[in-house]
Amino acid sequence: MTKMQQLLAWVDERFPLTATWKAHLSEYYAPKNFNFWYFFGSLALLVLVIQIVTGIFLTMNYKPDANLAFGAVEYIMRDVDWGWLIRYMHSTGASMFFVVVYLHMFRGLMYGSYRKPRELIWIFGVLIYLALMAEAFLGYLLPWGQMSFWGAQVIVNLFAAIPVIGPDLAVWIRGDYVISDATLNRFFAFHVIALPLVLLALVVVHLIALHEVGSNNPDGIEIKKKKDPNTGIPLDGIPFHPYYTVKDIFGVVVFLIVFSAIIFFAPEMGGYFLEANNFIPADPLKTPEHIAPLWYFTAFYSILRAVPPILGSQFPGVVAMGAAIVLLFFLPWLDKSPVKSIRYRGWIYKVALALFAISFIGLSYLGMQAVTPLYTVLARVFAVIYFLFFLLMPWYTRIDKTKPEPERVTG
Amino acid sequence: MSNQGVNRTRRRLIIATSVVGGAGALAAVWPFIASMNPSQRAKAAGAPVEVDISKIEPGSYATVEWRGKPVWVIYRTKEMLELLDKHDDRLSDPKSESSIQPEYCKNHRAIKDQYMVVVGICTHLGCSPSPKLKPVSDNETGPDWHGGFYCPCHGSRFDLAARVFKGSPAPTNMVVPPHRYVTDTRILIGEDTKGA
Repeated sequence: MTKMQQLLAWVDERFPLTATWKAHLSEYYAPKNFNFWYFFGSLALLVLVIQIVTGIFLTMNYKPDANLAFGAVEYIMRDVDWGWLIRYMHSTGASMFFVVVYLHMFRGLMYGSYRKPRELIWIFGVLIYLALMAEAFLGYLLPWGQMSFWGAQVIVNLFAAIPVIGPDLAVWIRGDYVISDATLNRFFAFHVIALPLVLLALVVVHLIALHEVGSNNPDGIEIKKKKDPNTGIPLDGIPFHPYYTVKDIFGVVVFLIVFSAIIFFAPEMGGYFLEANNFIPADPLKTPEHIAPLWYFTAFYSILRAVPPILGSQFPGVVAMGAAIVLLFFLPWLDKSPVKSIRYRGWIYKVALALFAISFIGLSYLGMQAVTPLYTVLARVFAVIYFLFFLLMPWYTRIDKTKPEPERVTG
Repeated sequence: MSNQGVNRTRRRLIIATSVVGGAGALAAVWPFIASMNPSQRAKAAGAPVEVDISKIEPGSYATVEWRGKPVWVIYRTKEMLELLDKHDDRLSDPKSESSIQPEYCKNHRAIKDQYMVVVGICTHLGCSPSPKLKPVSDNETGPDWHGGFYCPCHGSRFDLAARVFKGSPAPTNMVVPPHRYVTDTRILIGEDTKGA
């Protein structure tokens, strides 16, 4: 035994290092037919790391104080060496996080990755998505610009619309009667410590659940059903390392090229990643002419706006917005199709998924626009399609004509 | 689960310990939740503010900050006031019955018709509406506009008494804060005669 092997043996007697490496990488067998859509899980992990690292360095110069916050961000941008880069990585990272997560979720919808036995992976995933939305919302207050302030004002007031407890709840969230220094300070605490811990824990359980049942694949069939009788290894499985680590590294390189191009050439992305109004310090006396949340929230914002007030309360809009997210949790049980993957489903599901994607993009677009009567009608149509995709799923997936699934993956 | 061989005394003790421990843990959560309420300092803030209204031009308005919110003092001209009574049928709450204002501000929502004092926050989700004081219709105000306010966030419309038009997402009229005249040209916002 060499010295290195001796050291490894010494560690393995005290900590399952080799066993962990094998269980999750070198002997974790993933289906051999992963395609383009399977890049986004590992990319989400990459962006999480980028956000945590850049976030740590941003806190070194940021001040969570209503009088100092706006100036502190400008100080990072102008006077801290490389501060602009770190801040642009963080702000671009936030948007790219949602880009990869939305593609990752759409992959799940296409290939039925949420179906039995992966219900918990899906549920943990939706929880990650929720935590991510909370994290993005809280972080957006920190630069203390006009959009930070009025965005937080609108979202916190959504809670005030809840009957009976609403107004007190909103005061409790703000820690004041208006968005103020107290609000900024606590949002900072949640953004930099509370939610990142929750997010990390959720990512860990998401992966543990995934590695327990094994990955789905574009054919939506279980590779564990066909194992080599001698080794017990799935016939269509290949070790995650080195096969998929290498594939994912390729994805990482392409992603980083795009990521760098945005940071260096279009960090504001024409107002989609950083809004122009947020370069004006927060002014509690004046709402900007046009306010809209960042692009990744606008679909839900559209749903909120599309629901008219009922009995002088706009709580129904808030409920609709919440329901749009909560419905995701029930997806594994709403889908009654005998097959998982879109490859073997009939035309009904394909049309339904296409309509759903169009509605989501349509709602996202409308949420960025000012309200007009035509847009309100469009938003209502899209919102109805969004909900029907879920609510009618038990019926249309059952009557849909499916093709037989193959015995082995088709590549 | 079989209960065979269970020491019942021990099980009872375990249950009792768990309940007491659980209650203790729950009680320990309370200070943390309560610490997020507005602090004593935040509660104490909110002193009344005094405005000099002599500098406001007829047909325009001034903004002052009171309790961190914008408060508008609008100088309504005779023409503006005449238009106010002509659109009651288009308002959600023309008599301000389900809206918040002091008792002395129900008629045209002001103590003296000329000067309207109102918290410039939309009752929908808390944005501050933009002034559209002139009776000129545009895309945002919709047709037959008599002057008022338009909320840029979700399109609520208000007249010059800060009463909400039907079809707006805002449920009620904007809030009129307690206020009183100290002299003919000075208004104290945040305090009325009863409080003084």
